[in-house]
Amino acid sequence: MPEAKKFLYVNRKAPYGTIYALESLEVVLIGAAFEQDVSLAFLDDGVFQLTRDQNTDEIGVKNFSPTFRALGDYEVTKLFVEKESLEERGLAPSDLQEIMYEDEDDDWEEKPSIHIVSRSEMADIMADQDVVLSF
Amino acid sequence: MKFGIVVSEGPYTHQAADTAYHFAKAALDKGHEVPRVFFYHDGVNVATNLSIPPQDERHIQKNWTELAKANDIDMVVCIAAAQRRGILDENEAKRQGKDASNLAEGFRISGLGQLIEMGIECDRTVTFGD
Amino acid sequence: MSTLHTVNKSPFGDSAFNSCLEHCKPGDGILLIEDAVYGAVAGSAVAAKVEARAGDVGIYVLDGDAKARGLAAGKLIKQVKPVGYDGFVDLVAEHDRTQSWL
Repeated sequence: MPEAKKFLYVNRKAPYGTIYALESLEVVLIGAAFEQDVSLAFLDDGVFQLTRDQNTDEIGVKNFSPTFRALGDYEVTKLFVEKESLEERGLAPSDLQEIMYEDEDDDWEEKPSIHIVSRSEMADIMADQDVVLSF
Repeated sequence: MKFGIVVSEGPYTHQAADTAYHFAKAALDKGHEVPRVFFYHDGVNVATNLSIPPQDERHIQKNWTELAKANDIDMVVCIAAAQRRGILDENEAKRQGKDASNLAEGFRISGLGQLIEMGIECDRTVTFGD
Repeated sequence: MSTLHTVNKSPFGDSAFNSCLEHCKPGDGILLIEDAVYGAVAGSAVAAKVEARAGDVGIYVLDGDAKARGLAAGKLIKQVKPVGYDGFVDLVAEHDRTQSWL
């Protein structure tokens, strides 16, 4: 089997106002079956996708935010969130959902999937990919 | 070189499907390959055969169908995105009990796996959207 | 290893171009297409930021999109290079990956 490619899914859009965030997550879930080296980037308005306490009851649209917590089961465990994007929007890391995965290489220890990175670290992550998909 | 192309906005409202078309044509003219174009989000609307633009305007669906035919491009329409937006091939229309289908010639409906596969197999993946 | 970034929205109504400028790296290319070509106009509020990056990042504009919007080459920032769709293809091939700032 050829070596896995590095796939980065770039999320720069807020949820619900448009369908991009949801349909991007659908690609991530399906793509997980292909056993590539997958990372997700959340920057600009994309950081709003990961906030706690989303409740869509009154808008009649499916709340897909819990799905992020299931990503670990699909072995998608690298979610990079840009610090500057959070700060510009008045958010702190504690405003985001807790997203964990069980590390099979480390006695199934629970570890956080979300990594807060600086803008320049985000630029490094983007520059280290084979395929960059943005929706 | 092999170029995979993603089109993720619908025709006429947004320029993405036009830009992607001109890009694909230029790539083929330069001797590159475009093995697959993947239509996602509102981009699936490019694949309807019910579009009737005024005669003095470009026909986006027909342009794609002809380009694909001449160059053996696999044009894939995402099934989940297509079903949300009412783009159906004959089989799917039957299966869902609909009395009509509207998938234009040269397009086929398939899953998101085809997008990932395109990313794996092509040297470059270029996305056109909003 | 380098990236070709594409931007397709005017910088006056959307943050994509600005975000792209803040994430691109020396040796990368930025191609302005569709409404993003307005970001290449000389003397605009974003021109200084574009000029500041134009030293270590190649900045290009899709010629057909600029012309469609009435932007003749003389109206563009000096360091911005106009390319056709064939030049777009070359840029994609020359860089290792393409990132669309949608």
